[in-house]
Amino acid sequence: MNGGHDLGGMHGLGAVNPESETDEPVFHHSWERRVFALTLATGFLGRWNLDQSRHARERQHPVDYLRNTYYENWLAGLQTLLVDSGLLTEAELQSGSCGKGFPDQEMVLTKKEVKAKLQEGKSVELPVAEPPQFVVGQEVIVVNRHPIGHTRAPRYTRGRRGTVIHQHGGHIFPDEHAMGDRTGQHLYTIRFDAGELWGEDNAGNEQVYVDLWESYLTSEGAKQ
Amino acid sequence: MQDDHDHDHDHDHEHDATEAPSEIELRVKALESLLVEKGLVDPAALDELVDTYEHHVGPQNGAHVVSKAWVDPIFREHLLANPGSAIASLGYSGRQGEHIRVLQNTDAVHNLVVCTLCSCYPWPLLGLPPQWYKSAPYRARAVSEPRKVLDEFGTHLGTDVSIQVWDSTSEMRYLVLPQRPANTDHLSEAELQKLVTRNSMIGVETLKPFSDTND
Repeated sequence: MNGGHDLGGMHGLGAVNPESETDEPVFHHSWERRVFALTLATGFLGRWNLDQSRHARERQHPVDYLRNTYYENWLAGLQTLLVDSGLLTEAELQSGSCGKGFPDQEMVLTKKEVKAKLQEGKSVELPVAEPPQFVVGQEVIVVNRHPIGHTRAPRYTRGRRGTVIHQHGGHIFPDEHAMGDRTGQHLYTIRFDAGELWGEDNAGNEQVYVDLWESYLTSEGAKQ
Repeated sequence: MQDDHDHDHDHDHEHDATEAPSEIELRVKALESLLVEKGLVDPAALDELVDTYEHHVGPQNGAHVVSKAWVDPIFREHLLANPGSAIASLGYSGRQGEHIRVLQNTDAVHNLVVCTLCSCYPWPLLGLPPQWYKSAPYRARAVSEPRKVLDEFGTHLGTDVSIQVWDSTSEMRYLVLPQRPANTDHLSEAELQKLVTRNSMIGVETLKPFSDTND
């Protein structure tokens, strides 16, 4: 979706103003710790996946997304996921008090499990039966498509020409994963010249590399 | 390790401890109580998650990888060819680091990592991302005007240096292997590790030549 999260190339946002590396705390407020931990812990309930979690944040009104701080966006996304999955009702969220329904939960993350679960991670590699359509060195064009659901093809790449520089094999396809379907698709790293993305006036000695799934790409109209 | 998960921690440099709780603080507390009451989260697990990323997993892990790559050519080759296995051999793996690639800086090429769509970042190597990495200005501008962004970090690269920006749109995670700073031939791996900054592994800075008068 062309939401408030798709920020590459946006103007008017000002300077980066980084805090000094040695001074910056991991969390700036104690509530941020809790939002972070609640998001991770509830993720282990298995009711939603990472792309659904991203999509829940992206679905906010763009004005809210941009005005919120980072962990405010996490909180908004978490509340959406909890209600959408039926773990909490809107009324419970609003009132802060428990209604009657208690979900059967067998997968609650315990303190003992934390270390192992984090270390184990979750591979997104998923073998694909068909051979990859594109080869390293080939020119491709990003399909100019604007899906209303979750996608990981940034707006600034759509319709642009790039070169395949790496094949990663099959990875879970995020657009369908965000709808709860686990399908694999070949993933590639595509190199774009800055001039192709931002206009020749803005092109220096710069390239941008973007990881893109096979269905985002076409060879039609590209140099053979 | 603290047992009381409601209490403010020493790292809080804001006003949380002395002022009345903010609206959002109350909302988050209410949500946590609700989830605990429903049996959906274990408060001790929440504390453990926070403690892990606040105190145990951080850029010192990435710095270990980088300093080893500087002193051990075989490890460096392994790291560039098969980063996942090289990094796992040092004990780092897991969430948000399942699929890693290492980007080597040279005199001619400087790599810079961003996530324009959210905040993807190699957690097992660098911990949680700093605020600026997740901020709208960085996400918007790192891809479209990387040299200006680098200037804002005090990193001024000549136009002869090619800047390669990596937008983390998939679950591939990117770690920059910065160039070893000058005047460090006499330093041990452990001493070198201390010179590696988090920012150099994201690619927003290069490492200054070493001098004994450095702090």
